[in-house]
Amino acid sequence: MTEARDDYVLDVKQSRRGYALNRLCGSLKDADNRRRFSEDEAAYCDAYKLSPEQKRAVLERDWTAMLDLGASIFYTFKLAMLDQKSMQYLGGVFTGMSAEEFASAMRSGGRKFG
Amino acid sequence: MARITWGMATSHVPSIGAAMDNHKTEDPYWKPLFDGYEKARTWMAEHQPDVAVIVYNDHANAIDMDLVPTFGIGTAESYDVADEGWGPRPVPSVVGAPDLSEHMVRELIDDSFDIATFHQLDVDHGLTVPLSVYCPEPGESWPCAVVPVLVNVIQYPQPTAARCYALGQAIGRAIRSFPQDLKVAVFGTGGMSHQLSGARAGLINERFDRMFLDKIEHRPEALTALTREDYIAEAGTEGIELIMWLVMRGAMSDNIARVHDTYHVPASNTAAALALFEDLDSREGVTA
Ligand SMILES: [Fe+2]
Repeated sequence: MTEARDDYVLDVKQSRRGYALNRLCGSLKDADNRRRFSEDEAAYCDAYKLSPEQKRAVLERDWTAMLDLGASIFYTFKLAMLDQKSMQYLGGVFTGMSAEEFASAMRSGGRKFG
Repeated sequence: MARITWGMATSHVPSIGAAMDNHKTEDPYWKPLFDGYEKARTWMAEHQPDVAVIVYNDHANAIDMDLVPTFGIGTAESYDVADEGWGPRPVPSVVGAPDLSEHMVRELIDDSFDIATFHQLDVDHGLTVPLSVYCPEPGESWPCAVVPVLVNVIQYPQPTAARCYALGQAIGRAIRSFPQDLKVAVFGTGGMSHQLSGARAGLINERFDRMFLDKIEHRPEALTALTREDYIAEAGTEGIELIMWLVMRGAMSDNIARVHDTYHVPASNTAAALALFEDLDSREGVTA
């Protein structure tokens, strides 16, 4: 599994890199697209012109690799919700915890830095 | 002339809306947050505005990476509730205030804020959750019309905190020059500290949040002096949404009084707060 960096700042360069990936994830706001994606994920990735790395990250649900390839969490969250995965689940993925451990860290006041 | 009667700042976390939609506000997880809203909700229900100007950001629902306006205003007669990927929230669609929108666009552009206009806009949780914080049981329709004001907080570089405050001041001038006798409330939304992605996911900085909650009332210049990098470092990549509170604050006069505030961790992955201010300059019989 890819290890997450501290911060992912979606600057213009990252947006350009992640354009196809974010466009695919963003398209899942439409019910028809959710259905089409679920019927054939690989073909859907090709139709949205994902790079081979982006396609692999989507098919394997490598959430951290998606960030490294220019994804924005607001876009990939739509894919997570299609899988019925919560933001606590994703938080756990980025920090090496289970969804339950992450949620419990939040209930104890969140994670402190500095 | 129109008057700004109050300003409310509130987090707009989707799960706060979902807790209301799924009748979970009495669950132990959610009860402290909703109990904290109570006093503000009672006061707001007694001081209903004709129009709410809601400053928020879209989250990949109405705006995608094709075009990212830094500031925008909705100019439509109505706004549908967005399907964000899991079906739209079961809340009424939003009625616009197109005459006020048009006036604001013209005044802002004359005031050197070259703002984008949205004639078609599906509003997401960023706008509808604050409406639900204001009015938990809207029934068939929301109790006020709405002017959506959009701020880019997702793509870097976001506008500076100082620019957001200046935009708020220009919005205040625009509203106060609208020749209709309307009561207007301004909502600033988003925040408080939170980070959704990366190794710092789950970040909460209560010290920073409480400083912000305090200074927003009478020392907003201490907050406009912070850079976007300061906001990201202290409040998290998504905590930069707090700059939208400064738009609300800028729209209000210097003569404000805090009605209520509340702070709670967590709402999902976020520190959630509400701060409500009355604009004393707008009281009946008072002319500024
Ligand atoms: Fe937001």
